[in-house]
Amino acid sequence: MSLRKVLRAAVERVESVFDAAFTPALNPLYHLGSLGWFFFWIVAVSGIYVYIFFDTGVHDAYASVEYITHVQWYAAGVMRSLHRYASDALVLVVVLHLLREYIMERFRGVRWFAWVTGVPLIWLIYASGVSGYWLVWDKLAQYVAIVTSEWLDALPFFGESIASNFVHPSALSDRFFTLVVFIHIAVPLFLLLLMWVHIQRHAYAKANPPRLLAAGSFSALLVLSFVFPALSQGPADLTMVPAEVGIDWFYLPLYPLLDYVSGKTMWLALGGATVLLMALPWIGRRRPADKARVNPANCNGCSWCAEDCPFTAITMVPRQDDSPYSQLPWVDESRCTGCGICAGACPTATPFSRREEQSPGIGLAQSPLAVLRETILSQCAPLTGNSRVAVFGCGHGLNGAYLANESTTFIALSCIAHLPPSFIDFLISRDHVDGVMLTGCRDGDCHYRLGQQWVRGRIAAERDPRLRQRIPRERVKVLFAGTDQSGLEQQVLSDFRRRLSAMGPYQSRTGRQSRQPPADAKEEILTNA
Amino acid sequence: MPKPAQWLGQAVLYSAFALVLGYFSVFPRFTHLEAGYGIIRISFSHAGETRVACRRFTQAELDQLAPNMRRILDCPRERVDQLLLVELDGKPVYQQMLPPLGIAGDGAATAYARIKVPAGTYHLRSRLRDSRSGEGFNWDRSEQVTIAPGQNFVIGFQPQTGGFRFLGASG
Repeated sequence: MSLRKVLRAAVERVESVFDAAFTPALNPLYHLGSLGWFFFWIVAVSGIYVYIFFDTGVHDAYASVEYITHVQWYAAGVMRSLHRYASDALVLVVVLHLLREYIMERFRGVRWFAWVTGVPLIWLIYASGVSGYWLVWDKLAQYVAIVTSEWLDALPFFGESIASNFVHPSALSDRFFTLVVFIHIAVPLFLLLLMWVHIQRHAYAKANPPRLLAAGSFSALLVLSFVFPALSQGPADLTMVPAEVGIDWFYLPLYPLLDYVSGKTMWLALGGATVLLMALPWIGRRRPADKARVNPANCNGCSWCAEDCPFTAITMVPRQDDSPYSQLPWVDESRCTGCGICAGACPTATPFSRREEQSPGIGLAQSPLAVLRETILSQCAPLTGNSRVAVFGCGHGLNGAYLANESTTFIALSCIAHLPPSFIDFLISRDHVDGVMLTGCRDGDCHYRLGQQWVRGRIAAERDPRLRQRIPRERVKVLFAGTDQSGLEQQVLSDFRRRLSAMGPYQSRTGRQSRQPPADAKEEILTNA
Repeated sequence: MPKPAQWLGQAVLYSAFALVLGYFSVFPRFTHLEAGYGIIRISFSHAGETRVACRRFTQAELDQLAPNMRRILDCPRERVDQLLLVELDGKPVYQQMLPPLGIAGDGAATAYARIKVPAGTYHLRSRLRDSRSGEGFNWDRSEQVTIAPGQNFVIGFQPQTGGFRFLGASG
């Protein structure tokens, strides 16, 4: 078992605990990115409020922060604490976000963009935080100022030593604080810009966590701010060494190391780590991804594919031919992950049509609809019993192959939303199976971001293409479960089959009972077997 | 709607979240300097002599120059490397050649270092050679100094005020 699989198993175990407490919809581990945005806004708002009362200056800075903390403790003091703890929370969720995306392998291929633009965000977050600690001008600020400036002096860009500004009270001027304030405002603004760039290739990017999760997270920070308010550590005194300081380990974990390694070594190590992180999408095993292909002849320009694409790979463009339809999807292959969600959204993707017509307006190049239809039919044909089930899964969740038996078959898709609802209609109404079970990634955590959401909408007939009303929803089971939940999957399948047995054969609204496959369906099975 | 057990679970996890943030934002504390020690910090910036002394152009050299380029003195910009030596009780604790800054090597040299020493009284001697002579030291200061625990003792340099400055000297 590879290291990543071990890590993934560990992550999924932790996620199960959070699922149980929060429900998958509110599991913070599935909203780490949007929580990062949320904490950023808390930092921004609290920072603006605190800045109203902050004075720049060697003596004024500390005095004003003391006023903020102790005199106006009920407002500015709480804001100061929120400012600190939301900043720390930002680091925490960013680190978890990065680790999780790595372990879940969501950084390779066309997803390189979010990964590569995410790495510099870490530097900007740290630059923002470190400059903030500087402004308080307490003993910790003195330590941070000296170590940071000594570290910066290791770079060959600065002529004069920056650290010499902090060796003696006579060397420090008020103007230096003005410069640091400028840095502390300018860097977060640049951070915000890059955060916006970071999510540019995500359709329907979530920059806000669910309200309940946001409320819970904010409440936790607020309670912490009252119970354990952020305090200064005594005024800075440049005639003395800040011998012992309470370090913010979220922002300054490497600072103690600078007592033991040279600044140059640290720059080289961090620079190397940054380059390595940014190069990760191109290092190691890479699976060639399938790509979406447009078939203009069968496209009606509905734009459902473009609306459903999670990675903004599809754009509708004006048609140049003599088609009655005005627009056509255009696939940007550099953004296409090959998830097949567009194929699942295409209204022309229907297995009811004749084989020679089974070339929908859009589909995957290596997994065309006709082949999928043949695969499904050939696998369903041998099924026996009165609770025959076709289980569909994706390549990123549970591998349901172990479920296959005389009455159950498993078909793996790139993403569960790759399956057009018309296939479910086809399988049940033509009596190829008694029920269809849709599985996929862990609930709330689709590998392709939106697959689960679209599938639920399609089955509930809330989103196009909708599953036709003639299919009783009791015959369709949706279960999104993690790789550590195979027991749950087996249990749900057993219950589902019991229900199907009790329901008896499918009966259409016209009263047609189709226990026996219709003649045309049998023909299809024979043709495709 | 979450069940009571879920509310409890959320309360536990939110509390753990807050505890992690609260604790690691200050603790564990870090000891930057052990008790009983002080720091001698060397910090100054100083331009040494030029590597070659100015000289008058000869008439023949001036004749070869374009009229608008003619000047009396030829003064190459490059400055000498400076040698800094700091001793405590006669033992060298810092010795460094300080090259001039700038692409042309015509800038000031910068010295910055911190030396951890046990608190106590020392005979401190600082010497600097910033001349092109290549031997000896043309700036020298020695003094009995007491370094208190946790003290930040600074060795600076300002030729206008007599050379080395010992900031924080109490002895």
